[in-house]
Amino acid sequence: MTKKQKKVRNRIIIVLCMFVVLLILDKTGVLEHVPKIALFFIYLVPYIIIGYDVIRKAAINISHGQVFDENFLMMIATFGAFGIGEYSEALAVMLFYQVGELFQSVAVAKSRQSITDLMSIAPEYANIVRESGECEEVDPEEVTIGDIIMVKTGEKIPLDGTVIEGESFVDTAALTGESVPRRVTKGDAVISGCVNGEGLLKVRVDKAYEDSTVARILELVENASNKKSTMENFITRFARYYTPVVTVGALLLAVIPPFLLQIPFSDSIRRACIFLIVSCPCALVISVPLGFFGGIGASSKIGVLVKGSNFLEAVALADTVVFDKTGTVTKGEFKVGEIIPSSRSNINEDELLSLAAFGELYSNHPIARSILECYRQKNGGKLPDASYVDEKNVKEVAGNGIQTVLEGKQLLVGNERLIEVPASIGLVDESAGTVVYVSYDGFYAGAIVIVDSIKEGVKEGIAALYDLGVKRAVMLTGDNREVAQHVADKVGINDVKAELLPADKVEAVEKILSEEDNGNKVVFVGDGINDAPTLMRADVGIAMGSLGSDAAIEAADIVIMDDDIRKISKVMKIARKTVTIVKQNIVFALAVKLIILVLGALGLTTMWLAVFGDVGVAVIAILNSMRAMKTE
Amino acid sequence: MKKSFKCEVDCANCAAKMEDAVKKIEGVISARVNFMTQKFTLEAEDEIFDKVFDDAVKACKKVEPDCEIG
Repeated sequence: MTKKQKKVRNRIIIVLCMFVVLLILDKTGVLEHVPKIALFFIYLVPYIIIGYDVIRKAAINISHGQVFDENFLMMIATFGAFGIGEYSEALAVMLFYQVGELFQSVAVAKSRQSITDLMSIAPEYANIVRESGECEEVDPEEVTIGDIIMVKTGEKIPLDGTVIEGESFVDTAALTGESVPRRVTKGDAVISGCVNGEGLLKVRVDKAYEDSTVARILELVENASNKKSTMENFITRFARYYTPVVTVGALLLAVIPPFLLQIPFSDSIRRACIFLIVSCPCALVISVPLGFFGGIGASSKIGVLVKGSNFLEAVALADTVVFDKTGTVTKGEFKVGEIIPSSRSNINEDELLSLAAFGELYSNHPIARSILECYRQKNGGKLPDASYVDEKNVKEVAGNGIQTVLEGKQLLVGNERLIEVPASIGLVDESAGTVVYVSYDGFYAGAIVIVDSIKEGVKEGIAALYDLGVKRAVMLTGDNREVAQHVADKVGINDVKAELLPADKVEAVEKILSEEDNGNKVVFVGDGINDAPTLMRADVGIAMGSLGSDAAIEAADIVIMDDDIRKISKVMKIARKTVTIVKQNIVFALAVKLIILVLGALGLTTMWLAVFGDVGVAVIAILNSMRAMKTE
Repeated sequence: MKKSFKCEVDCANCAAKMEDAVKKIEGVISARVNFMTQKFTLEAEDEIFDKVFDDAVKACKKVEPDCEIG
């Protein structure tokens, strides 16, 4: 509790004791013979102790022309009660109003604290290594690029940098939710916010604190609650009308019934006071954003950053999920899958691979790299001898392959447009992957199939989405249809849009958006490298594996810090739970207030119940909102 | 220029009212009083930022005398 809260608590305890004493005296009949005016002053003392700040605030606000605020309403309601001689009720209303307010402020502070704890990745200090070799503890913000810092066992890495000395396992759990530590050694990049698991690391700083991963993430999460969901906007608008309408209702209720229905003024004023007490929209105004805040907090706990309440709300309604293929569904790492020597030549697998490797020696294409990598693995880490191939003779045939000369004979490596495959052998089935054909000295030598491996957990991740009621899983890719269909079948994706140019992807997403039923949302999942425009175009853009990638964090609405596609369904679950909680709160608070308004108008309720309708409901709604923070 | 300040405010409704009041000030591009993070974010043109900020603080104090900004 803060100082302010403790002060209010002490006042409440004092006044509560006085109230109990007064209540006992009243019930035992001691106060029966005390004159009314004396009673008024007896009750006024505790009333002022507990309510002076409310009255002071109300007075200041009125002098500023701010009339309809809850302090004013409480003041009028309790003054009204005093006016009609209900002294103990006036005191009770003010007392319980303060109890509720205190409870509310403690609950909010507590949930705010636990969310901040979830995000406790901010480093407190950095150990900077001076030129003299001395180590000094400084504020991370004072460290500049190029400085050397030391990270001891158990400490947080304060800034993004590169390891220059030592090796260790670093724990990225606070950032990614991933519990398996990552091994780092000299030359590896390390990211701020990770914890050094063992050993001493010396790190050269690559980014200033405000550009470091940790600072960017904190900023992002803090700003997330600035983007309001439609439900929050609804509540804000609602609050603007609700209070004045109820206050006017109270005024009418105080004045009209005595004339029309011959009800005594004291009774009609009591009813009007009840109206005033429940006219504050606080339960809604606090619990709705708190629920979303909790949902965002729960997501960060599993390593998913949600950049706004509105996106959490949208992802709860997603029924179509569009995936980019390379880098999202597949690793984007090509590997030699199969080596098929021609049945009509007496060449074997290793010889075919070396021919292809000679051909691709000077190419930087990912497919060429994969062939060379395979060659290296089979030949004890050595690349083919470059002296056999003259770089001058290497000709790249755009989009088709490479033409070169090996030991005076022509070598061709490429697709079926470059190499004539004998009809009796036939083309290799393209569904398994990209096929590279090789021909040497005018004869067809064979084919190599290059595959892109599918990421771990993709199949489960997509199955989990179907379980949550996602109707369509679409995959977009620039690859040929056979390869794409093959991958899609393996992971359970039911719609493939293949052979797309990068620009076509945005169009494809737009088409999917236009096919969507009203209200349902389209999610696009990409790795953020080439698909920023598509990420932005979809209702919700999710970037994967983006730890440390600024561009992806910028373009996406939701960022999955590690590479786990299964987290999409997890964040959808959190989002749905959050939205359910928020809806419960809205319905509950409005229903209770409405019931009390009706009962109050008919004179069937007490002020006590009205106070419950105000602060009690707010507290219950806050407690409910706090559930959104919990993850399974 | 966009800048964030610490902002102590007691109730969510008050935060909403402060935000409304600041948005009405001339020169304010965007404003947000975040009750959850207790932060006040103000965006205004560089040259007049300080003046706008002062006006904003005044406006906030008027709606919610108990708030602390800065």
